[in-house]
Amino acid sequence: MTALRPSTGLVTRRGPSRGTVTAVVLGLLLALLALVAMGLGDYPLGPVEVLRALVSDQGFDTVVVTEWRLPRVLAALVFGAALGVSGALFQSLTRNPLGSPDVIGFSTGSFTGVLVFTIIFGGSTLGTTGGAIVGGLATALVVYLLAYRRGIQGFRLIVVGIAVTAMLHSFNVWLLLQVQTEVAMSASIWAAGTLSLVGWERLLPAAVMLAVLVPVVLGVAGPLRQLELGDDAAAAHGVRVEPARLVILVVGVSLTAIVTATTGPIAFVALAAPQVARRIARSAGLPLGHAALVGAMLLLAADVVAQHLLPTALPVGVVTVVLGGIYLLNLLVREARRAA
Amino acid sequence: MKPQRESRAPGRQSPGGRAIALLVLLALLVVAVFLSLAVGSRPMSLDVVWGALTSGDVPAADRAAAADRAAVVDLRLPRTVLGILVGAGLAVAGAIIQAVTRNPLADPGILGVTSGSAFMVAVAVGFLGITTPSGYVWFALAGALLASVVVYLIGSAGGRSAGPAQLTLAGVALSAVLSGLVSAIRLTDPQSFAAIQTWESGSFQDRGWDVIVPVLPFVLAGLLLALALAGSLNALALGDDLASALGSSVLRTRVLAVVAVTLLAGGATAMGGPIIFVGLMVPHVARWIAGPDQRWIITYSMLLGPVLVLVADVLGRVVARPGEIPVGVITAFVGAPVLIWLVRRSRVIGL
Repeated sequence: MTALRPSTGLVTRRGPSRGTVTAVVLGLLLALLALVAMGLGDYPLGPVEVLRALVSDQGFDTVVVTEWRLPRVLAALVFGAALGVSGALFQSLTRNPLGSPDVIGFSTGSFTGVLVFTIIFGGSTLGTTGGAIVGGLATALVVYLLAYRRGIQGFRLIVVGIAVTAMLHSFNVWLLLQVQTEVAMSASIWAAGTLSLVGWERLLPAAVMLAVLVPVVLGVAGPLRQLELGDDAAAAHGVRVEPARLVILVVGVSLTAIVTATTGPIAFVALAAPQVARRIARSAGLPLGHAALVGAMLLLAADVVAQHLLPTALPVGVVTVVLGGIYLLNLLVREARRAA
Repeated sequence: MKPQRESRAPGRQSPGGRAIALLVLLALLVVAVFLSLAVGSRPMSLDVVWGALTSGDVPAADRAAAADRAAVVDLRLPRTVLGILVGAGLAVAGAIIQAVTRNPLADPGILGVTSGSAFMVAVAVGFLGITTPSGYVWFALAGALLASVVVYLIGSAGGRSAGPAQLTLAGVALSAVLSGLVSAIRLTDPQSFAAIQTWESGSFQDRGWDVIVPVLPFVLAGLLLALALAGSLNALALGDDLASALGSSVLRTRVLAVVAVTLLAGGATAMGGPIIFVGLMVPHVARWIAGPDQRWIITYSMLLGPVLVLVADVLGRVVARPGEIPVGVITAFVGAPVLIWLVRRSRVIGL
């Protein structure tokens, strides 16, 4: 008889579920980290002082916190969350823990777009944003189409992504040689992915665009759960599979595109956040809310490391690509062990 | 004609066919060498090139002949030798990696070996102020070794050889880590930025004997080692168990293979910068001509690699006049479609 009882206990247990508890804990940790991050810098402040400066006018303290540090910390939170959700959407869609906008050449393509737009139109913000979005989307589309052969298979998508990425990368390196060193260097800082250029004037438009996508993400969350069970099961539950998949893909790419256009490509947050979130929440699927929280946490922590803990301040993307790459290597080794 | 044997390629049938293929490849190489010597911003006819190479002193009054001679002997000859060494090194390294990992998508670039070299060169340039190739060749070799060992360890995690997907991804992940570190070094130091930038594009421009001579012994040693290993690689292709049953030491073969790849890929990268896809494409063509025998695959790769790199270099000089496109960009644009085609083929990937 015991075998017939639901083994998860979720139905019968009273009180908040593990998912809710971990989400609240993550949220609290995130708030604490944000307060600490806003205190760090040449003009150090304690968390309490930061809090006081935020809620009431403390003169110079308030200027430092709200004008200089708050936009950057908020950017880390918002963009990290967007990347985390984007990664979760991609990985659920491809049913592959390695599915991520990074793997299919999005970042390299957006850098190509930025370089081409900069050379043609000069280095304006609009040129950078437009170039990043156009280049990234075009690359993602080309990779998707080249990998398509009676459906999309994960490994083929990844290898085609590698090929196209390598091609664009060498093209980028060549383009960088054609421009002056200063232009090349500022382009390279963008290409490394940085939050240091983000003030209120760049954060707000990006945040508004991301906010518009939130209802869409909530809308696809249900069909996404069904799709994780398999196409047939989803169809049996009344999900129109192909349209749902297309919407999820477009939302996932858009989330990454908006972030990339503002900050430059920030690698591997989208890759790592959903997997970490799944382990924290101990859920079978990829929890979108947790992915957002973990993504925000990862990006903020990486930015604190990049800005304050290293001997010289570096773009945050450099930190995430190194940490994320190590994480990916670790994931591969563990997968190989498990398979053996 | 046995049905299980494919016979579309000339070399698979007989020793005579293989010898003919060898002669054809040699002829191709000679043509590529002459193209590389003759084509450029100062185009010359073949007899002028030949005259410049063979004649001793030119009369001082003959300005044009002197300029021809300078272009051929001082600029294009070292560049051509460089192309031959880089092409042979990368192609043979690719052939060995593909044989050892039994992964048809393996390439020193894809598996991160070249990014290992790039990383160590960046360390040498950025932190130690070493800017001469003879100085950083050791770093390029060390980086190649580091990356080969890491990829090999990941490939053998879990006690069996990893599938193509794992190994390829391991290379991507390792390249990502190393490229992040390289950009960290580049962005903190504008001076090294420019130096690394030029090296990283994989260009043969302005590389003379000073780059070639210190690295030459490593590449030659690597090529000899590769030829010596070819027999053991054939045994390895039968599977580890059968290879050891036949009396071949699997571990020794693998270790020597890593050494050879390090010498070849590290040496080539030290000279030419990171050039991707040569090691991927050439062994496939060589295998198509030669069949499964590694001795022939390696020999053909040794000839085909230089042909590909020299032709790519000549193309780079011609298509964007008066500028030049680095050879690494050309090979990437040629090689990426090849990789995509390989992975799109419906047949199951595996060697």
